[in-house]
Amino acid sequence: MFRFIVRRLLQLIPALFGLSILLFIWLHRLPGGPETAILGERGTPEMRAAIRDNLGLDEPVLVQYGRFMQRMFRLDLGTSIATKREVTTEFLQRFPGTVELATTAMIIAILVGIPLGYLAARRRGRLLDHVSVAGSLIGVCIPVFFLAYVLKAIFAENLHLFPASGRQDPTIEATRITNFFVLDGLMTREWDAAADALWHLVLPGLALASIPLAIIVRITRASVLEVLGEDFVRTAEAKGLTERVVRRRHVLRNAMLPVATTIGLLTGGLLSGAVLTETVFAFSGIGAFIADSISQRDYPVLMGFIMIIAVLFVLVNLLVDLSYSLIDPRVRVR
Amino acid sequence: MRAPRPKVAIAAVAVAALAVAGCAESDRGDSGASQKDTLVFGVAGDPKVLDPSLASDGESLRVARQVFETLVRPEEGGTKITPGLAETWTPDATGTVWTFKLRSGVKFHDGTDFNAEAVCVNFNRWYNAKGLMQSPDVTPYWQDVMGGFAANERDDLPPSLFKSCTAKDATTVDLAFTRVSSKVPAALMLPSFSIHSPKALEQYQASTIGGSADNIQYPSYAMEHPTGTGPFKFKSWDIANKTLTLERNEEYGGTQKAKLKTLIFKTISDENARKQALRSGDIQGYDLVGPADVEPLKSEGFNMLTRPAFNILYLAMNQNGGNPKLKDLRVRQAIAYALNRQALVDSKLPPGAKVATQFMPDTVEGWNPQVTTYDYNVEKAKQLLAEAGASNLTLRFHYPTEVTRPYMPNPKDLFELLSADLQAVGIKITPIPLKWTPDYLNATSTGTEHDLHFLGWTGDYGDGYNFIGTMFDRQKPEWGFNNPALFELFKKADTTADATARYEVYKELNAEVMKFLPGVPISHSPPAIVFGKDVTGVKASPLTDERFATAEFKS
Repeated sequence: MFRFIVRRLLQLIPALFGLSILLFIWLHRLPGGPETAILGERGTPEMRAAIRDNLGLDEPVLVQYGRFMQRMFRLDLGTSIATKREVTTEFLQRFPGTVELATTAMIIAILVGIPLGYLAARRRGRLLDHVSVAGSLIGVCIPVFFLAYVLKAIFAENLHLFPASGRQDPTIEATRITNFFVLDGLMTREWDAAADALWHLVLPGLALASIPLAIIVRITRASVLEVLGEDFVRTAEAKGLTERVVRRRHVLRNAMLPVATTIGLLTGGLLSGAVLTETVFAFSGIGAFIADSISQRDYPVLMGFIMIIAVLFVLVNLLVDLSYSLIDPRVRVR
Repeated sequence: MRAPRPKVAIAAVAVAALAVAGCAESDRGDSGASQKDTLVFGVAGDPKVLDPSLASDGESLRVARQVFETLVRPEEGGTKITPGLAETWTPDATGTVWTFKLRSGVKFHDGTDFNAEAVCVNFNRWYNAKGLMQSPDVTPYWQDVMGGFAANERDDLPPSLFKSCTAKDATTVDLAFTRVSSKVPAALMLPSFSIHSPKALEQYQASTIGGSADNIQYPSYAMEHPTGTGPFKFKSWDIANKTLTLERNEEYGGTQKAKLKTLIFKTISDENARKQALRSGDIQGYDLVGPADVEPLKSEGFNMLTRPAFNILYLAMNQNGGNPKLKDLRVRQAIAYALNRQALVDSKLPPGAKVATQFMPDTVEGWNPQVTTYDYNVEKAKQLLAEAGASNLTLRFHYPTEVTRPYMPNPKDLFELLSADLQAVGIKITPIPLKWTPDYLNATSTGTEHDLHFLGWTGDYGDGYNFIGTMFDRQKPEWGFNNPALFELFKKADTTADATARYEVYKELNAEVMKFLPGVPISHSPPAIVFGKDVTGVKASPLTDERFATAEFKS
């Protein structure tokens, strides 16, 4: 297993190298530059030219790429053109928010999706099955921003049950250690801060969970239906095992392999795909920041963030691969 | 291999949670502040930097206005120059040396004294800037107002307008300038000319910009230690939670101490999300209210304030590189006559918006009631086009997408109305929608491949030059025209020391501009700012200089 992990990590190097070239060329071919965003409608042509000159943006792309790689070798991602903060600092401030949000959404999606998909398969053709299939279709179709708007209108504006924005009530004086607010609250025993951060995760978590939830329901249902028809299930039932044991040990576990793969892919997607939810809930995460950085042509932020996300994406999928052997002992990673 | 059971996993997680619980120190002080003395205000973007000398974005300046003070400041709710840290200011006979009498007994947030020496430390800091401090994205407003530095390090920098600062005694300071300028003293109201504590500037190396030209890093002063004399002190900036917290300056030396104990700015970039946050009680006010939300929120009982309009939306016509027919005055006049600006103002702009007759609002000295006007007249427009041989004119019309500006709440709607008006007089329109930044701004303000576009301007301070001078005092790619006589007149205005005489030149300029018609002034829109139902005391400012020190909750 160790060799498997090392090999997968080594594969990252050429992948990142290729990605960096593609990304760099693509970003620098976009029309316009960061000087416009910095100066807005107040910039004179002279000021714009001076900024471009300072940033070296009029040099050949290869020269600029060389400078970028020199920094990369020193593990220095540079500073943001817009905020003048180090790219790694920006990432560490914002990434925990996205992870908390994605994790909440994934937990909701898994805790609701797998049982629902399983039950739908067991009660195939009955009311629950129809409802969950139709529901999951709606879940995939409904735009996240619309769902977010409706959730906020009901639970925040009218019922005042949940907050409508942010990661934590700003009047709470919370200690920041890791920037994972829930974890920080637990670590410092600031229970109100932890609870409040958790409370702030509910509505955005639900909104973001809608699509993965729907997908997990459908995959689980299909997978369980397939396994239910397998010979070994009939054999297990025939040899007199109780239904509970058959369900848990034979059906569910075998049905989980495709579900685990899907969850891995969905989690990776959530990390980079929470832009809308983060914007609508004013949730400080990397999604909304990347979107802003694109319109501001903040090249160092875009290069740095996307490279880090690529590494994380590979790591998440490595973990998923490793989890196969836990779910199904027949699978051995080599 | 046997897989671990779920129960084992849950137990492991529980043990881990218990293990981390209480493993770190809480650095929480005694809080427990009552909600009634804490205001959370929703803003559209994070501030970029806390040292206003380095800032040009509205959100940084909003924070600076609460933490810092300037020598002179705009009257509350207006644009006229009123006392700030200086009680009086008078020019000498040449108009190049200004004497400021300072308030006494004022202290910076770090306990040090504010005095004439401190003023000079600040001006010398800006004037003697070196290296990256001369980068246009580091000191944008200094360069905009003063031009260059003591020793310019770039060829394109003009000589400095500022010359020297002399502390004559503890409360008297002389600021000398190299020439007479319309910018003095009005531009000194800008938050970028806020006075900082000399001790804090030195302690946190405020002028040491780190990194390299393509990798600029602000000093810690600009990110963590802004130290001014204002009614609020900086407390914390929580980037991970998108909030910036200020607390009351208990030692404030001005007229009135802040009524709020804590003021928090919370970033909510989405306009709808700000509205929902207000309704749900997350925030007690926000800026950049969508025009469509003004009436509904007002009727729900929220405290809606309308700022006096201090902006201009205009249609620009490019005379250099655009359609050559635009060089013909008759064509430009025809375009002006073709536009039904009143209908546009009535249907698409917020209540209180007005049709513009010139490129500055009537609240600015120098506004001229006698300028040539171009009232909606389709027949006249057609006739002028025919006379100019431009009956089959086709024009490219750039308009921005994904943006809302105080002067331009809904660009696409505006484009549709204007373009329909132009088509009604026989002009064919090629629409070119572009993303606001960078594409639109690049295409219209540095490119030459545009015929018509709209854009606007919000005034920085209450002097006419800041409006018309910014637009027309030299040849610019946005307008294309070269009119030496007009440029000379601008020079005359800028160098007229006597304010009253200068205002007369502004009137003349407005008349000339409207005769020459480089573009069509469209409207002045009053932007709205909203507060919670129980929040009072804030006066809306045309310069977005709202003072939160006077905000309080109705009991």
